[in-house]
Order: sequence, then structure tokens, then C-alpha cells
Amino acid sequence: MKLLTHNMLTSHVKGVVKGYPLVIKATEVKVNELEFNAQFVSRMIPKLEWSALIQAAEWLGQSQDLPSTLIPNYEKDEDFLRKVHRILLEVEVIEGCLQCPESGREFPISKGVPNMLLDEGE
Amino acid sequence: MSCRRPEHMAPPEVYYNEEEAKKYSQNSRIIEIQTQMSERAVELLSLPEDQACYLLDVGCGSGLSGDHLSEVGHFWVGVDISTAMLDVALRREVEGDLVLSDMGQGMPFRPGTFDGCVSISALQWLCNADKKTHSPPKRLYRFFSSLYSTLARGARAVFQIYPENSEQLELITAQAMKAGFTGGLVVDYPNSSKAKKFFLCLFAGVSGVLPKGLESEATDRSVSSQAQFTAQRSRFKNMKGKSVKKSKDWIVEKKERRRRQGKGVRADTKYTGRHRRPHF
Repeated sequence: MKLLTHNMLTSHVKGVVKGYPLVIKATEVKVNELEFNAQFVSRMIPKLEWSALIQAAEWLGQSQDLPSTLIPNYEKDEDFLRKVHRILLEVEVIEGCLQCPESGREFPISKGVPNMLLDEGE
Repeated sequence: MSCRRPEHMAPPEVYYNEEEAKKYSQNSRIIEIQTQMSERAVELLSLPEDQACYLLDVGCGSGLSGDHLSEVGHFWVGVDISTAMLDVALRREVEGDLVLSDMGQGMPFRPGTFDGCVSISALQWLCNADKKTHSPPKRLYRFFSSLYSTLARGARAVFQIYPENSEQLELITAQAMKAGFTGGLVVDYPNSSKAKKFFLCLFAGVSGVLPKGLESEATDRSVSSQAQFTAQRSRFKNMKGKSVKKSKDWIVEKKERRRRQGKGVRADTKYTGRHRRPHF
């Protein structure tokens, strides 16, 4: 699971109001090289919940001097975009679990695929 | 009930076992059809050109549709309920991110996330109640309403479906409209029983113009599957051969009739039934 996906994932358990961000408890993390697309990254940045991304990066120990608040004029700063690209699309959680911050419900991640299936009545 | 439809055999997480999933990585016929349908679905999405978009693939399975999305330069997240199919996708090393989830339980994503959604042959699975607690309309509604919120305003969702009958189609569209979507059904090759394909095109927010279905497999795109629209106004189409009231024909006919009845009628002249000049 890429951190971009994590940034978009919420808990959809019934009765949970916010359920965001999901806490990552990773046991295996991998970094996969991926082609850099500056346009896509700068288009995604406004959609991101920046604080959640920084927190996720910290949980995985991959924060690498990313600023805690979004810098202005990031579209032109290729260095910054490359850093964001790395954290968004290259760092992947392979094994571990996601935890809903509200209900405490855990969603296991195996082979990089988070299992978001709910039980009956959830 | 027909046993040829996979939905009738078992729930999706059971039906798509390892054996069935293997077909999706080996059977070239399945691969070809799936790729064709994904191409058409992406075409119907009409995404802005030269822009990498973030898309959702519902029922991504082994990622055949996703491959096409990656090919045209988009990033995608795939959702599927079958672990066997997702395993095949992992083995094929697809570029998109995968999530194991049941579409009937809603999409677990933040609002406004995706620029579009594609789904190839997945939606009809929601029309079956595989468990005692399942209610197809409720599950469809939960899916559509959560999908509506995860799409960015103005985004489209294209579903290729194999509807069993018209009621099923109605059930699906009714729930989609209830969730706030606009749009409708596009039928490709409606006159061919084999090549006929249904695409449900839904718009979130801004309503677009529904694209037309492709007609025949040849390049003949001239005949439309929709009712022909003409600019001509037909004001008197219910008159059934009678002349329009107060027209010259009507006056002449009426005078003729009264003459036959032996009543006193003025002779027909060049002034009969003529319009008078406008007065102030």
C-alpha cells in the first residue's frame, strides 16, 4: 500500500464519524522505484491531508526532512516534488495493519493489500 | 434460473477462486475482451488529455483494466473482494495500489479523492443477495452514495455491466440516481447479441452530455440508437386528415358542407379565407 492510498483511505465502519487518519502499524516496508511525474504530484498535493502524510511518514521512519507545513510555490520546487513523490508513490507498506483512530478496529495489510472488509453489521 | 451467469453460482469471493483467477492471466480471449472494454470505458470517461489522473477501479480483479489505465498514463487504486484475483494482480505486478474491499459496504475513501471511476463487469454482482443479511438495493445505495462522495465534482464513473434483465437495470439506475448521480446507459452495438455492451455512465455533480453508443462493428457510426430528433415542429399531428381550423381549406370545406345542407352561403371568390391586413 502506497502512502498516497493511505492518505485517501478512511475507516468506513458504521457509526464512525471521522475515522481518519488510519494509524499504520507496519512490520515490513519497501521502497519501489517509480517514474517521477511532476505534474501528477503537484496536482495531488492540494488533495492531500498534509499533516496525515507527515505523520504516516514518521510512523514508517521515512520522513526525511519533509516540512511539517506545506511550502508555498511547491509547483516550481522540483526538489520538493521529488521528495513528495518518493513518500507518496515509492514507499510501500507490505505487512502490518491499519487501525481506525475512533473505533480501534484493525484492518490487516498482507502482501501490500489492506483488507478493508467489514463484518456483518459493522 | 440460468446457471450460466456466474452471479448465480456463488458469491464473488468464492466464485473467483484460484482456478477462475488463473483464466484472467492466461486465457487470451478473456484478456482481449477485458482490455477492449476497459479501452471503451476510459474513452467514455473523457478525461482531460495530457493529464495524469487518479482513478478508482472497482472490481479490478487481476488488474487487466488497470493495465490499460497505466498504459495511458493514469494512476489508479483497485478495489476487489476476491483475494485470489488480487493475488493474480500482485503476481502480474500491476502498477496500481490494491485494496481488498466489498463494494456493497461502501468505498473507504475520503471525499473528492478520485478524478474518475471505472468498473468492468462488476456491478451486476451487487444485485444478488449472497447472505441472509444482504439487501441488494441497500448495498447498491451504500456503494453509490459512498462513490459519489469519493469522486471529485464533475468526475464521471463508467460501469460496464451485464444486466440480467430490465428490472435489474432499473434497480441499478434507480439507486444511482437516488445517490445523486446523473447520466444514463450507453449501449454499444445494440443490434448485435454478442457484441452488445452496456455501459452505465454516471456524472457526479456537473451534468455532462451522455455519449452515444457505438452502432455496428464496422465503422458505420451514422445510424443512432436513440430516437431521431428533428427540428421540425409538428403542431397538428393529431388532426388525422382534417384541415386545420380557420385555414382556407377548412373554410372552403365548411361552406361546401352548408351548401349541401341547402343553407345560404356566399360564393367562393379569391378573397375567401384570406388573411386581412393587420390593423392597429
